[in-house]
Amino acid sequence: MARVLVGVKRVIDYAVKIRVKPDKSGVVTDGVKHSMNPFDEIAVEEAVKLKEKKIASEIIAVSCGPAQSQEVLRTALAMGVDKGIHVEVTGPEYETLQPIHVSKILAKIAQNEKIDIVIVGKQAIDDDCNQTAQMTAGVLDWSQATFASKVEKGDNEITVTREVDGGLEVIKSKLPAVISADLRLNEPRYATLPNIMKAKKKPIQKLTPKDLGVDVTPRIKVVSVEDPPTRQAGQIVPDVDTLIGKLKEGGHC
Amino acid sequence: MSSAQRSRVINLYKTLLHLGKDWPAGYELFRSRLHGAFLKNRAETDGEKVEKMIKHGEFVTKEVEALYMLKKYRTMKRRYYNDNS
Repeated sequence: MARVLVGVKRVIDYAVKIRVKPDKSGVVTDGVKHSMNPFDEIAVEEAVKLKEKKIASEIIAVSCGPAQSQEVLRTALAMGVDKGIHVEVTGPEYETLQPIHVSKILAKIAQNEKIDIVIVGKQAIDDDCNQTAQMTAGVLDWSQATFASKVEKGDNEITVTREVDGGLEVIKSKLPAVISADLRLNEPRYATLPNIMKAKKKPIQKLTPKDLGVDVTPRIKVVSVEDPPTRQAGQIVPDVDTLIGKLKEGGHC
Repeated sequence: MSSAQRSRVINLYKTLLHLGKDWPAGYELFRSRLHGAFLKNRAETDGEKVEKMIKHGEFVTKEVEALYMLKKYRTMKRRYYNDNS
């Protein structure tokens, strides 16, 4: 039986229109709906599926961030995770928290909790880094199976189908391993009301990066955050010749 | 209507209300429609008919959950996988 660790991140809800702060220091997060990163939901679902198949014995969810990160841990617990660990990172340290820090935290917890499989979402929808899984595997010196769209467990090894450019790749990898979940891995279940109530009884352990011996002091400074350029308005051309002329002008033919 | 059925109806209402918080067109709209739908059948006393209505309510719950999942999946697919693959 394997012990599974899943990483969950609290991000601005996917349906919210993102607005940049007027002083360009970041995006507006106050009073904005947050929820669990959709790719992390897929990771949680996969872990819960492993438990239902009696492959996993215990699932632990970790979230790094301010106090509100406990909300996403509660969602994970409601989906079927056994225990939550909240690593509290606040203020300027949270604003410059990078995948390298998170991967060190995850690695440390994985060692402390004697984890066999780490599952995380392939990327978060806020910073789109796509680095945490790879770095965690690097820190732990474990094998990695990224962009998983199918996971099967054998004897002390896993067979993972990976989404790569232009197709699928099937790899066999030894345990312990780090898996990152792609969109098509599974269909995450909805955290139902009774399950949310039941999840309130499940334990959430609180830690700080210091407890784990991870240094998260900011080393980078955000210079400016800006909106993507708006699409230029099109124009209607009277005939084909003008169109070709315009295309030539633009260097398209 | 038996007391067991009564508590099931209340649970169903609470579950649907909870689901309504994520409704794309807003919670208020969902809540008022839901309230209306339950109010319409408040006088129903026939156990079998109530059972049928509860079943329908559970079906609606599943449908709403599926709708949310699909909406999220499609948004993610459009945002990150727009290469028609």
